[in-house]
Amino acid sequence: MAGTLAEKVWEAHLVRRGEDGSPDLLYIDLHLVHEVTSPQAFEGLRLAGRQVRRPDLTIATEDHNTPTLDIDRPIADLTSRTQIDTLRANAKEFGVRLHSLGDADQGIVHQVGPQLGLTMPGLTVVCGDSHTSTHGAFGALAFGIGTSEVEHVLATQTLPLAPFKTMAITVNGALPAGATSKDIILAIIAKIGTGGGQGYVLEYRGEAIRALSMEARMTICNMSIEAGARAGMIAPDETTFEYLKGRPHAPEGADWDEAVEYWKTLRSDDDAQYDAEVVLEAADLEPFVTWGTNPGQGLPLSASVPVPADIADEGERETAAKALEYMGLTAGTPLRDIKVDTVFIGSCTNGRIEDLRSVAKVVKGKEKASDVRVLVVPSSARVRLQAEAEGLDVIFKEFGAEWRNAGCSMCLGMNPDQLAPGERSASTSNRNFEGRQGKGGRTHLVSPLVAAATAIRGTLSSVSDLDLPFDIDITTFDGTPLDGVGASPLGESVVVDLPIPVAGQPALR
Amino acid sequence: MEKFTTHTGVGVPLRRSNVDTDQIIPAVYLKRVTRTGFEDALFAAWRGDSSFVLNQEAYSAGSVLVAGPDFGTGSSREHAVWALKDYGFRVVLSSRFADIFRGNSGKQGLVAGVVSPEDIEILWKILETKPGTEVTVDLEARTATADDVTVPFQIDDYTRWRLMEGLDDIGLTLQEADKITAFEETRASWRPKTLPARHLPAVEIEAARPV
Repeated sequence: MAGTLAEKVWEAHLVRRGEDGSPDLLYIDLHLVHEVTSPQAFEGLRLAGRQVRRPDLTIATEDHNTPTLDIDRPIADLTSRTQIDTLRANAKEFGVRLHSLGDADQGIVHQVGPQLGLTMPGLTVVCGDSHTSTHGAFGALAFGIGTSEVEHVLATQTLPLAPFKTMAITVNGALPAGATSKDIILAIIAKIGTGGGQGYVLEYRGEAIRALSMEARMTICNMSIEAGARAGMIAPDETTFEYLKGRPHAPEGADWDEAVEYWKTLRSDDDAQYDAEVVLEAADLEPFVTWGTNPGQGLPLSASVPVPADIADEGERETAAKALEYMGLTAGTPLRDIKVDTVFIGSCTNGRIEDLRSVAKVVKGKEKASDVRVLVVPSSARVRLQAEAEGLDVIFKEFGAEWRNAGCSMCLGMNPDQLAPGERSASTSNRNFEGRQGKGGRTHLVSPLVAAATAIRGTLSSVSDLDLPFDIDITTFDGTPLDGVGASPLGESVVVDLPIPVAGQPALR
Repeated sequence: MEKFTTHTGVGVPLRRSNVDTDQIIPAVYLKRVTRTGFEDALFAAWRGDSSFVLNQEAYSAGSVLVAGPDFGTGSSREHAVWALKDYGFRVVLSSRFADIFRGNSGKQGLVAGVVSPEDIEILWKILETKPGTEVTVDLEARTATADDVTVPFQIDDYTRWRLMEGLDDIGLTLQEADKITAFEETRASWRPKTLPARHLPAVEIEAARPV
């Protein structure tokens, strides 16, 4: 029977098929845990006298509340400290592996799984965090769950789940210079809306998707949830296998061969039926930015702030007017004229080594706009180490940016990294909701390249607005594992290739 | 979850309608990391009032709440059920419940029984005339008895079955533990395990400092 990628992974995890409208029972391969959504789940286990069924399929890290400065000192915020302490106690009591602050494998949960080689094609991956969809970039079925479900998975390693619908999103052609995978996903969300993916698992396909690196694919799948989708997936290919090979938990020897053979079957059949299809032409894309208070309110950078009166739909018109009021924007203003106070580069969307490299290439040897604060927060401690080994931290500091420790940071401002009321940011994160980055804060979602150009000019900009010293190819890489951390064999020290690997381009350093 | 067949305990007459979940437990208590210990948060706004029913000695040890219509409306917070249970309540009787509250109750082992408004009035009168009167709730027969008066209540068959069997969602899934174990035995060896932990060498992380 012909099937889609998502259906194949689902079928391979059926413990019991539901009857008479009752849900299917699905086995969970990998459960990622962090400090915010887990305390009551562990407490529930304790009260019921239950154990974690499979500690060996569970891994925890600290990310949402962790400070990005002074991580060797007690956390100042008491609520945050309590949540971290609670996770540490729970991990110890239930035998769950935990990567704590200060550990080289601590970081945002959606970076930790891939970088350790735990995330791989054909898995079911869950976490009490909506951005779990990130892991779909490997061809895994990955989705966020609530606290009661976290407890359910801890206790049973399964979840009762109702079936989903499938949507194919095909991106044809090649991306123009200066456009990135972030621009692809922002354009998709602007096209289908924040509810457009509701009830669907999205499958991204087409030439433009195939050409992307693993990290760029993660950015796309990460934001599937912002279109309301349950999950986003990309069929695994050589790029996926290359990324995984040699990572600490990647299969070895005969297991590797068996795995790759299976992974190669994980693609939608040619005659598979989707419930919905969307097609985009990559060549039409340019850097995208959001102007409003939901991720669907985005436009190409060359456009202007929309005029609510011109919007036909009454509901959308009102939403736009409200958003403009919150954002402090005047209808008709060219987006390029919007001045920002802060540039945030980080998050599970765009805080990986490739993102940091592309920013470093743009800002190297330059100075930031004098009245802009620039925050660079790597997604994990390993990414930070890698960046430091490559000298990226020096480039950032000379540029005038703040170089921080790993964590979720200003993406959601649960730690001290927040916007002040009325402050405006260009942010490489995933949500521009009211107050998301701090009470009264105003967020424009952007790609790392737009963030870098904006940090230089002080207004929303793309690299085409810059006078770059030479014709550097910022977004194309040669396909070797970019995160050199995972490429080195297990047990050996980290070997970092310098200069930054860019196909056929002059080195920057 | 504990099995529930019958329960006998002091009845508490709460002569109010539209008791929403913000009144059951205010938002300020939601920051806690525990699932227990919410008893002090229950009806927090009213607990300072000495005339409030739970502040009267005869009712303070109550475990069967007899409330007015539209109990548990508003926010979906599961904490409302936790607070009632932590205080010691096993049963809430009302002529109408908010859907989400009723669903949450079933998950957490709190019996939410629907009683006709006339019968609620009869129960209130008995409990107010003789403070400290015990109410016996029989889930099998779907009746509540106070003094010599027995009134029927409604609860859907599935929830009743789960409560009587003492099954929460997890308990239900664990009934299929054999199937889960059988599935696990077929799991390919290339599929990842987090333990024993494998990782690259530990490296000292230097803390970033404010600039």
